[in-house]
Amino acid sequence: MPDHLLEIEDLHKSFGETEVLKGVDFTMDKGDVVSVIGSSGSGKTTLLRCINMLEEFEGGTIRIEGEVIGYTTAGGHRRRKPEKEIARQRALTGMAFQQFNLFPHMSAIDNVTLGLIKVKKLPKEEARAVAMRWLDRVGLGERAGHYPGQLSGGQQQRVAIARAIAMNPHLMLFDEVTSALDPELVNEVLQVIRSLAEDGMSMLLVTHEMRFAHEVSDIVVFMNDGVIAEMGNPREIFPNPSTRRLAEFLKTSSFN
Amino acid sequence: MDPIRFGEMLWLARMPILKGLGMTVSISALAIILGTLLGIFVGLSLTYGARPLRWLVRGYTDFIRGTPVLVLVLASYYVLSTVGLDLTAFQAGVLALTVFCSSHVGEILRGALQSIPKGQIEAAKAIGLTFRETFAYILGPQALRQALPAWVNTAAEMVKASTLLSIIGVSELLLRTQELISRTFMSLEFYFFAGLLYFTINYAIEHLGRYVERKTAVPS
Repeated sequence: MPDHLLEIEDLHKSFGETEVLKGVDFTMDKGDVVSVIGSSGSGKTTLLRCINMLEEFEGGTIRIEGEVIGYTTAGGHRRRKPEKEIARQRALTGMAFQQFNLFPHMSAIDNVTLGLIKVKKLPKEEARAVAMRWLDRVGLGERAGHYPGQLSGGQQQRVAIARAIAMNPHLMLFDEVTSALDPELVNEVLQVIRSLAEDGMSMLLVTHEMRFAHEVSDIVVFMNDGVIAEMGNPREIFPNPSTRRLAEFLKTSSFN
Repeated sequence: MDPIRFGEMLWLARMPILKGLGMTVSISALAIILGTLLGIFVGLSLTYGARPLRWLVRGYTDFIRGTPVLVLVLASYYVLSTVGLDLTAFQAGVLALTVFCSSHVGEILRGALQSIPKGQIEAAKAIGLTFRETFAYILGPQALRQALPAWVNTAAEMVKASTLLSIIGVSELLLRTQELISRTFMSLEFYFFAGLLYFTINYAIEHLGRYVERKTAVPS
């Protein structure tokens, strides 16, 4: 049996005394577009951040294409993998952040080529060609020489997406990428994500855009209080939620 | 005040003044360079060091920053010789200023590094950079820009602090000036002239700093 793209087993994560993830089990396959929804504090962003080890987790296993992420277990002892190994594993996924997190002292194209040159070890010329291709793809080829401070929020987020995706990740993680944007800039970013989804990119999105989740996702995961409360095809579970919590959540969210 | 007589005296005293100026510049330059190198170590230890190292370096900076520079100068000249470390006045003075400079540069660098948003490190991690690479390409370049104005300020402070070495007999500009005054009794004129020279050095440093700031500014 081929490995799943992403396989999460009994994931536990606490911040001090507060347990944020209380045993999450989840799998997705290549080409899946999965949206994680839920009220704030339900653990959806933390879940995403565990997948690329931006958060450490105390229990459970995460596998990407069968490869165990972050920790080794030998003789009952669980140990964090060496920093270099974790850095390599992080590059299996790409991540776009709520706050874009572009490197402000580098032009758009340098933001994109940095990982290609330093991590992928591409020659400079090739890296620039790859970066230009992706900047064109997100509609910013003409702004390649601009610095983040010279770009609008929506443009910055599109560069950030290009930066992540140029690394050719097996899975893209989107962490509330439109939440920090002015309403009129949301669409240009969603449009980019939509077109990546149509290309068959595997992605996991944490989002508050219910309409968008409904439209692009194969699977919607509803998180509540640190566990997955309900999941399924949005066209089935949105009209007929089987849990009261999801019904309430959908009622209070913008989707109707 | 007799400008013609002062002019004559100044001409006669040109060599000692130039030597003093040269000494002041050498002391300051050495202290700034060595203090910055040591300060980078201090700043990195304060920000990223393991706990014991961090505490040790924290103690060092707090102690040095809480001590008057003059006390540091006197201590490194008189106290170190009692423990068998015999430094010349010049060496002791440069040591004291270097230590003083390093604690300030260390704090400046720590502040600059900590002011960089956490998201920068996360974005670097997310594309697979190791910490070393993150520091070299993301944190370092941003911290240097951030720290530059305060660092220039510290460099100017070092030039001013170099006058304290006159106390232990280093023939820098102030001591040379005082010697001239004791011979010519033209205190107002020579002090004013020395002040002008100090001002010129620091003016140059600040302008150089502003030039570098402009050159490295990120477009926005």
